[in-house]
Amino acid sequence: MRARVLIRPKSGILDPQGQAVERALPALGFGGVSKVHVGRLVELDVEDASQLPAMCERLLANPLIEDYEIIENA
Amino acid sequence: MSSTSARAGGATYRELGLTDDEYELIVEGLGREPVDVELAMLSLMWSEHCAYKHSKKLLRRLPTEGPHVLVGPGENAGAVDVGDNIAIAFKVESHNHPSAVEPFQGAATGVGGILRDIFAVGARPIAVLDSLRFGEPRSSQRSRYLLEHAVAGIGHYGNSIGVPTIGGEIYFESSYEQNCLINAMAVGMAPHERLTSSGTAAVGNAVILFGALTGRDGIGGASVLASAELTEADDAKRPTVQIGDPFAEKKLMECSLELLDRQLLASLQDLGAAGLTSSASEMASKSEVGLDIDVAKVPLREADMEPFEVMVSESQERMLCAVEPRLVDQVLEVCERWEVNASVIGEVTDTHSFRILRDGELVGELPVPLLVDDCPLYDLEPEPPTTPLYVGGEQQVATDADALTTLRALLASANISSRRSVFEQYDPVVQSRTVRRPEEADAAVLALPVLHGRCGPDEQIPAIAVSIDGNGRRVAVDPRAGAAEVVYECAANLACVGAEPLGVTNCLNFGNPEKPHVAWQLSEAIDGLAQACRDLDVPVVGGNVSLYNESPDGPILPTPVIGMVGRLPDARRCGQIGFSNPGDRIALVGNFNPSRDGSEIAKLHGSAPAGALPHKDLSAIRAAHERVREGVRNRQFHSAHDIAEGGILVAIAECCIAGGLGAIIQLPDGIDLFGEDLGTAFIVSGPTEGLEGLTVIGVVGSRELVLGDTFNVAVSELAQIHAGGLSALLG
Amino acid sequence: MKFGVIRFPGTCDDVDAQLAAARVGEAELLWHRDRDLKDVDAVIVPGGFSYGDYLRTGAIARFAPIMESVIEFAHSGGLVLGICNGFQILCECGLLPGALLVNDHLKFVFRQVQLEVVDRDTPFTRNCPPKLSIPVKHTTGRYYSPEPVQVTLRYAPGQNPNGSQDDIAGVVNNAGNVFGLMPHPEHAVDALTGSTDGLTIFESIRAAVGERVRVA
Repeated sequence: MRARVLIRPKSGILDPQGQAVERALPALGFGGVSKVHVGRLVELDVEDASQLPAMCERLLANPLIEDYEIIENA
Repeated sequence: MSSTSARAGGATYRELGLTDDEYELIVEGLGREPVDVELAMLSLMWSEHCAYKHSKKLLRRLPTEGPHVLVGPGENAGAVDVGDNIAIAFKVESHNHPSAVEPFQGAATGVGGILRDIFAVGARPIAVLDSLRFGEPRSSQRSRYLLEHAVAGIGHYGNSIGVPTIGGEIYFESSYEQNCLINAMAVGMAPHERLTSSGTAAVGNAVILFGALTGRDGIGGASVLASAELTEADDAKRPTVQIGDPFAEKKLMECSLELLDRQLLASLQDLGAAGLTSSASEMASKSEVGLDIDVAKVPLREADMEPFEVMVSESQERMLCAVEPRLVDQVLEVCERWEVNASVIGEVTDTHSFRILRDGELVGELPVPLLVDDCPLYDLEPEPPTTPLYVGGEQQVATDADALTTLRALLASANISSRRSVFEQYDPVVQSRTVRRPEEADAAVLALPVLHGRCGPDEQIPAIAVSIDGNGRRVAVDPRAGAAEVVYECAANLACVGAEPLGVTNCLNFGNPEKPHVAWQLSEAIDGLAQACRDLDVPVVGGNVSLYNESPDGPILPTPVIGMVGRLPDARRCGQIGFSNPGDRIALVGNFNPSRDGSEIAKLHGSAPAGALPHKDLSAIRAAHERVREGVRNRQFHSAHDIAEGGILVAIAECCIAGGLGAIIQLPDGIDLFGEDLGTAFIVSGPTEGLEGLTVIGVVGSRELVLGDTFNVAVSELAQIHAGGLSALLG
Repeated sequence: MKFGVIRFPGTCDDVDAQLAAARVGEAELLWHRDRDLKDVDAVIVPGGFSYGDYLRTGAIARFAPIMESVIEFAHSGGLVLGICNGFQILCECGLLPGALLVNDHLKFVFRQVQLEVVDRDTPFTRNCPPKLSIPVKHTTGRYYSPEPVQVTLRYAPGQNPNGSQDDIAGVVNNAGNVFGLMPHPEHAVDALTGSTDGLTIFESIRAAVGERVRVA
């Protein structure tokens, strides 16, 4: 099964990458953009989807500073 | 031979960049038409980049021999002896065109490539320096973008692999707007016995490819040879941008150095431009042997790669070696331990043929000399330009502005202001050798022995000094004198830290040499370089040429870049830019003969580069360099700084800013405050006793720079202007 | 006394740390795949780019076999010093609270910074003067912790190079035997190449080991 894990910075923590992107877009002519956050994508084939949360907790994300979202059958 | 035959019609070889005459020579040399894989290989080996068609004859004019030379031009990098059985290998290379496309990866892979050249000769990389040139930052968003990303790319690669970036230069001229220059230099260290040649492969050796997997990186132009079944959608499979992976290279480097330390290799070569083709054919040519390579044995990142793709792929972080059959298992074991892929992909033969096989079936066969030696070399047809090639820019300072206003403008200008915001993105200290960090002295200084901290106060700690310097504007004024001046300036930088020059590497960045005026620039510049190297007894041990840097507006400023390595006997007696002791006298060393043509102030006044450069008195230059070197070594001089861009007042201001100390200055009557004469004169400071015979022009002290009755200004104000100049322009 | 300096694929400042530690004791390199800490008295997890900083700085290194031994060593009171990437690894494996985030200005920064030693009651700082001049060099050095932490080092006012909360440059764990800092003391041990303030951290460790009775 193909899964996708989206990892994003926890809200409340300064996200300078998101801010940089948010500042850069209007300069290119794109208005009306706000609340930009930049994170990471991990894509993988798994045999046992029930292991995904544990993979996220132990390795793929750092739960102290990141939230993750698992998308199965991506 | 497989049944795949060359595409009918001349269109294909022309698309690959070969001329009709060149193709004819190929057919003659082969005795038949080449098949696809052969044509791809020949088109790359016969390209300007690999064959130096338009420059090789001229480069033969450069002096390449000297008592300290261990390895001259022709190997992956040159090397000089610095004593104590230590060899210093070094080289500079350009990565101009890829960086214009993708500056981060272009600059990063430029660093990766030059580092591989260093450990390919058996030296452990100990330093990186870079010379960068872009269009005007104030007016060009594109140039700001290129600068930002190129710097990030250099930092990313150098910092990650654990090699300090210890020096460099950055210049801005509208001429580089469409053609930025990214020249990367690396320096490495080896005991003499570990220096390795690529020319020692022997018949019967196994050929092993190790490092990253091979993909379709950089295939670009050769993709016209793709078999007809592939569609446009497959363009995505052929990235023209090479992606560098410093982590992979670190493992590759440690693995290579261990293989050499354990003497397991007969020959070693890195893969750079034209990938496996150039690497293998250079090895075969230098060793005077033949090679059989089976593309099916090359570990691939992408499925179903055609033989020509495997042969021309420019996937990064790969090395090629020749190994005696009885040592193959040990080599593979070392690679496995470093987590580096390794495969036996072929064999060294006693033919002079390069045979390409696929699963044992012959798909191409080329005589090695045809690939490497038989590419025609062209004579240039130099003619001096009849009309001006370059225009002036925006006037930024009034020609009648007073001295202080002019000084402020120069300190804030793009080419003179502090580069701190750039070099703070590089790690200058990893490996624990760095005695002078960027902006502390005119050259970088690295201690040679490992610093255990147990050296007695009277023991000497030998060190090397390195500088990289180039010029476009002044070389445009007079290519011969301008190129010579670059060499003098580089040597002057070494003198400022007490170092004696030992060897030079050069990167020549020019326009289209098929145009007579560019041919003239190139020819004159090489003559100027050659003369200056002979004048200073500094041989050229290797280098690089980048041609065809042109836009519809014309060629770039002719830009030779020189990297120079020197030695100083004791790192504890090494110079610095900044004044350090209130009460020290300030003196001028050298026959300073300033003029305005080609200067920074002329640029700020809106002038185009034109006119003439100051005449150089060679014996006066040698005497001045010697005096500064000795004065630094025996601590007569507490500071030493060469007078370069901006002229004498800017140089004095830089000494004040670096030292955080003011000075009271009285200059000789009538001296041009802002004229330039590079490589000939220095500002030094120290106790009066050490300045015998020199023109004393002032004294160090207080917090202001006082110029006679003309002005006084707080050093802190000048420091602020100098520190903020570049950031202000980059926005 | 003997220091053990861990080496992962991609570590850069291991030899530098070993050289610095060798000025006050013996120092040997420990390979990531081994589990044997070779009876060292203190462990140094050095700076660099272990595993290329892939996924997250320190995320992969923390699972190396040697780190299991380091964790055990720390739990039984052994002294562990994590420098830069080492600090990141110690946070990832929970030996230190908090995490290191990307610098607020998003760039790699090398700079000689002034530090204030706010806690001199640790085995790592007992011989340190009140202020230290030590270089930083990192892209991911912004310390963050939602919980209170024991701060050992702070950047002096105006010197914070990465935006870390409360200007934090280094912390110890509650037990006081594990110390992580972003600045590189191993690059401040020789007047020829910089300041010598960093040496006082290695000297502190030696003095602490000299006095200690190890918990069995």
